[in-house]
Amino acid sequence: MMKIDKDKLIIGAAGPVLALVTSFVLTVLVLLATGLDPIEPIRLMIENAGYSDVQVLIVNQTGIYYLAALAVAIGFRMNLFNIGVEGQYRLAAMVSALVGAAVDLPGPLHILLIVIVAIATGAIWAGIAGILKTTRGVSEVVSTIMLNAITTSLVAWLILPKNFGVQPAGSNDLTTGQIAESGWFPGIDMGDGGQIYGFTFVALALGVVYWFVLNRTRFGFDLRATGESESAAQASGVDAKKMILTAMLISGGLAGLAGMPILLGESHTYSLAFPVNVGFTAITVALLGRNHPVGILFSALLFAFLDKASSNLDVSGYPKEITQIMQGIIVIAVVVSYELVRRYGTRRQQQKVGEELAAGGAIKTDKEVSA
Amino acid sequence: MHALIGENGAGKSTLMKILYGMQKPDEGTIAVDGEQVTFSSPGDAIARGIGMVHQHFMLADNLTVLENVVLGGEKLYGIGAKARKKIQEISDAYGLGVRPDALLEDLGVADRQRVEILKVLYRGAKILILDEPTAVLVPQEVDALFDNLRELKSEGLTVIFISHKLGEVLKVADDITVIRRGTTVGTADPKTATTKQLAELMVGSELPSPETRESTVTDVAMLTVEGLTLLESGASGAPLTTAAPADPSVTVTVHEEAATGRKLLDDISLTIHKGEILGIAGVEGNGQTELIEALMGIASPDTGVITLDGDDISKTSVRKRREGGIGYIPEDRHRHGLLLEAPLWENRILGHVTEAPNSKRGILDPKAARKDTERIVREYDVRTPGIDVTASSLSGGNQQKLIVGREMSHNPKFLIAAHPTRGVDVGAQAQIWDAIRDARREGLAVLLISADLDELIGLSDTLRVMYRGKLVADADPATITPEQLGSAMTGAATGRLEGTEEQPEDGDAR
Repeated sequence: MMKIDKDKLIIGAAGPVLALVTSFVLTVLVLLATGLDPIEPIRLMIENAGYSDVQVLIVNQTGIYYLAALAVAIGFRMNLFNIGVEGQYRLAAMVSALVGAAVDLPGPLHILLIVIVAIATGAIWAGIAGILKTTRGVSEVVSTIMLNAITTSLVAWLILPKNFGVQPAGSNDLTTGQIAESGWFPGIDMGDGGQIYGFTFVALALGVVYWFVLNRTRFGFDLRATGESESAAQASGVDAKKMILTAMLISGGLAGLAGMPILLGESHTYSLAFPVNVGFTAITVALLGRNHPVGILFSALLFAFLDKASSNLDVSGYPKEITQIMQGIIVIAVVVSYELVRRYGTRRQQQKVGEELAAGGAIKTDKEVSA
Repeated sequence: MHALIGENGAGKSTLMKILYGMQKPDEGTIAVDGEQVTFSSPGDAIARGIGMVHQHFMLADNLTVLENVVLGGEKLYGIGAKARKKIQEISDAYGLGVRPDALLEDLGVADRQRVEILKVLYRGAKILILDEPTAVLVPQEVDALFDNLRELKSEGLTVIFISHKLGEVLKVADDITVIRRGTTVGTADPKTATTKQLAELMVGSELPSPETRESTVTDVAMLTVEGLTLLESGASGAPLTTAAPADPSVTVTVHEEAATGRKLLDDISLTIHKGEILGIAGVEGNGQTELIEALMGIASPDTGVITLDGDDISKTSVRKRREGGIGYIPEDRHRHGLLLEAPLWENRILGHVTEAPNSKRGILDPKAARKDTERIVREYDVRTPGIDVTASSLSGGNQQKLIVGREMSHNPKFLIAAHPTRGVDVGAQAQIWDAIRDARREGLAVLLISADLDELIGLSDTLRVMYRGKLVADADPATITPEQLGSAMTGAATGRLEGTEEQPEDGDAR
């Protein structure tokens, strides 16, 4: 039995490894085709990652991706494709920034309020897709894409100075106003390297919670069962509609948290410069991490590395877009290699079970013993 | 006509897949017409004149017979008049009686099977492989099929017939090969062999019988159903118009719709007592699935009251019903009974996640669940190397034993057993029957739905026949024959079916 477990681990790792190797090779080929040295940019990136300020950037970015990817992953675990993480994240960041700037509360309460507003905003925004799906059968893929588009316009409108926006003196930027210092989440000072966002640790803690809820609670079991077979889950007593709505709410709430590391740790306001596309990258991160909290952590780290270590490639004459190419190829490679590995694994296990049974390796049964 | 018999998981299907080129053998040779061949795809096999009729039909509902037959074989005779002529020719030559322009969804199971056979013949097959062709047919249809097959045989075609219904094999085959655990364990001559001998060859043990010995029926009603009606447009199907879906609680709407919506369940009333097995006979698709779903709470009926052990459960959720003591052996275990990609111990939790030993106060207890899974594996003889393998790696019979074990472990008051031994080998069949019988002795009420008439007649205390969503007839299993039951299933007979002997009117008084 240990053998099968070991197999499972190898097969589990084979998918991501295969995907990464494929995308690495393809990226090298792209570089060669454009007449560039394929190895030099990678060497530069690794060298960059040696600097402490880049390391801090990578860690901080990891936390952001981790939260957003957890949001995507919880949807994936029950066959819901929440493409709307991007929209939920941006709207939640903006609304919570507005609320945070508008109130004045003692330290922990201030932070708590901002966080709760963010969760609620993300959850409500995702909940719209959930309600549309459960009542009208609208695919969550379609509705969340639409909601993303609506978010863009809504945020742009809300941030106008005549509405809630604030234009800092001598700047073209628009912000939602500065949050008072009581609403700042303390970080860890790394000296020259800068500060690691304190919220990064909240993100890691949520990874543990995610694992526990999915693997050790009735709710998590119902959720996974629904993802694996909706019909079987329904027959087992899961209320599918309730489950869809709950999963969307949780996913949206997590997505709402993805903006917190920056908002509470660095920017203290929502501005036009607030990072975008976090929610889309998170889809790849979750895919590559196989929706597993540890896997997601590694893939979040990888993507943060690709993002942050590539920033000064331009200076050395290499397009930093190669990392985007690589990220894009990973998406496709992941999907293909996982399916390949899954099929191989299923076949292999069936063969193994057959062999072990033929060899009399079955657990001794009462019937056989008495016979 | 050669019959191939063996337990499930014995390797029948694998052998057939190799013959049809779907799988490659590691060793050994295949010879067709004395010539050694290797197949790397079904295309090669078809080119050699081998055709396969699968257990699950591979036909498109929304196409006509003609379109279904030419689909994928357009190069042979085109798709027009020439193809139609050819189909008519084949149909007449073998007495298949197929109408090329009938829409497939209007055809019954037996007709569909003939279309499948025709499809294979159309492609020029000289060797036909039929995988469990009688599993879905009523006795009369089986006889008709056998007539067709004899016709084919007399025209010089070879038929390989896979089955585990021994009686049929003896009736129709010229030669029998028995396989067990992947090897040939014997051959038999149908003229001299008996079902008993064949069964012993197959499993190395005696043939089990579904016979229930003594009646354990009490007069305490466990499940009562009154006036259960389910309309097609009601609960599950999407409304055709853009109007809001019908609210089942608004009876006015329901009655208005009754004029248009087809009744999937039509005024079903039945009572199952403690210790009673009520068998429902019927051709598949006559409302059995809907009845199960309504009883489980998956579909919400438009009218009717369901009472379990004195409590009205008509409006209760699936989970509450399961906690309340309904056990469920689903008709399609892959869709409704298992998480195929999950390990066995997680499958043991499925459906009983709120109950001991699986969880405590909302938190799962994997240790206890694993321990209990090991117990089920042991007691119900689930053949597996361990409880961490996925459900999909077990054979159908072992999957079913796991499900039966799981459901029985929660001491159900009422068990819904839909085709409990479908696709299950003879050995496992006996164990499943035993488990149901044992529980019945303890006062379990069982609703048994099965396509296997011997099983129905043998196990049931009371029999009802379902036809077009209605319970049209009832019968006493002690006297009824499969043939009589079969004709009631096609709607030919209604009311009280009398056996050869005079029986008291009350089925329970037996």
